[in-house]
Amino acid sequence: MQDSGVEAISISNLTKQYASRAGAVTALDRISFGVAEGEFVAVVGPSGCGKSTLLKILAGLLATTSGEARLRGTPIAGPRRDIGVVFQSPVLFPWRSVLDNALLPVDIQGLGRERYEKVAMDLLALVGLTGFEHRYPWELSGGMQQRVAITRALVHDPAMLLMDEPFGALDAMTREHMNLELQRIWLEKRKTVLFITHSIPEAVFLGDRVLVMTPRPGRILEDVAVSLPRPRRLEVVNTPEFGQYAREIRGRFSVQGGLDG
Amino acid sequence: MTTTRNVSLSVLLLLVSLALWEGIVRAFDVPVFILPPPSKVAVALYRGLASGLYVTHLRVTLVETLLGFAAGSALGFLLGTAVAMNRYVDYFLYPYIVMFQSLPKVALAPLIVIWFGLGLSSKVINAALVAFFPLLVNTMVGLRSADEDRISLMRSLAASDRQIFWMLRLPNALPFVMAGLDIAMIFALIGAIVAEFVGATSGLGMLIQSMNFTMDVSGQFSVLLILSVVGLVLNRAILLVRRRVLFWDPSEKSAEAPEVEMAQPHRAPAGAPKERPT
Repeated sequence: MQDSGVEAISISNLTKQYASRAGAVTALDRISFGVAEGEFVAVVGPSGCGKSTLLKILAGLLATTSGEARLRGTPIAGPRRDIGVVFQSPVLFPWRSVLDNALLPVDIQGLGRERYEKVAMDLLALVGLTGFEHRYPWELSGGMQQRVAITRALVHDPAMLLMDEPFGALDAMTREHMNLELQRIWLEKRKTVLFITHSIPEAVFLGDRVLVMTPRPGRILEDVAVSLPRPRRLEVVNTPEFGQYAREIRGRFSVQGGLDG
Repeated sequence: MTTTRNVSLSVLLLLVSLALWEGIVRAFDVPVFILPPPSKVAVALYRGLASGLYVTHLRVTLVETLLGFAAGSALGFLLGTAVAMNRYVDYFLYPYIVMFQSLPKVALAPLIVIWFGLGLSSKVINAALVAFFPLLVNTMVGLRSADEDRISLMRSLAASDRQIFWMLRLPNALPFVMAGLDIAMIFALIGAIVAEFVGATSGLGMLIQSMNFTMDVSGQFSVLLILSVVGLVLNRAILLVRRRVLFWDPSEKSAEAPEVEMAQPHRAPAGAPKERPT
């Protein structure tokens, strides 16, 4: 899968600086990495390491200061229609039903509801929300709301998913469950995923690769390939191999001064 | 709260108060042109309704109020949208709008009657002027309070500004707009009545004024009673629309009845910024 021609995401020498009262703050410092088509890459790092900045750049919401970011070979010049984004909060629209929320990208991009309603229904079934299509967000639990957000990110069949700590606001049990669900969905859809988290076990559990980032300025410290077989079950966290990966990554942070969460 | 027991208690309370009022007026021999007993008010109410006099004037006031409400809210909504969405309008026009708002607009009623005559138009214009501001401010705040994350989400899907307006900002502003309509309705009634006081040939305000000249205080009380019922009905009508439109707004479910704050010209939903962000 690594050599399928053009990379899904390719970042080279990317730097992002913000202007602040104290002068320019470097959020990302000359980072470079590539993500192959269909690959699941987790980015792990403490708060303030520029993970979210990176995601916003890839989503076309922020401009780079220097360096280059390409999606499927073309430089990012703004928001694109072939990506789906999932944020930390579900960001649902309360006046839209579950189905209508899932169809938001279809409405925005004028794709035609007739055709996509079926797609949305199938996706809602995939995330386990059959029967909730006509409910409203306030009637759902936090985990269910985040499933709607995932459905919405997939409905227009984007080539890649950008996920910014999507399960960070959920309780530990729901979070584990959502990790399993996400793996299942990914195994079925095989989208390229860039998954940002500050949980090392989550990153190791989900990723084909884990990019380890350090804060101020944000740099990529290490690129760890995780070769645990899929589908991974929750028990995998108890295996020596899993522990080895987690220790390796955590060790990186203790050198750098710790990781929260 | 609404149990048979509570309803009967509250009716009982009303009857006791009326009996007390009647008793005090009779016992102390209060002149009828100072404070009429409830019985006299009831008689006046009955006569006014039976003769068709009140209905005629009520219709006039109602038409003025509703037209003023419609014109004022439409204008307030459009201007609020313009101020919220266009920084030039905000920069150049908004200061004047605020200046205009700090003026007690009922003080304009005499001028408006001079300019637009004793008929319908001066009442509608006055009602519209008073009703317009709550809509302006609430629309503005509502459109601007759209959640940043939701805007980012729409942008990440390559939504245009126009789509962000129609799919996000506008529905997001609805709770604010509805709260503005609530107040605008009562304000329009006030505007219409005040303009009738100043100069009119018909309407409940004119009726109160002419009853005042003839010291018909029982009559005035009966008209005031009608006006409060009118206010209540208009307010309920808005509430019904609001419940339908805002079925998705969690604050609707807890709010039993909207409180009308007369001291403040506008009211934003709970948790929302009261004033425009500075």
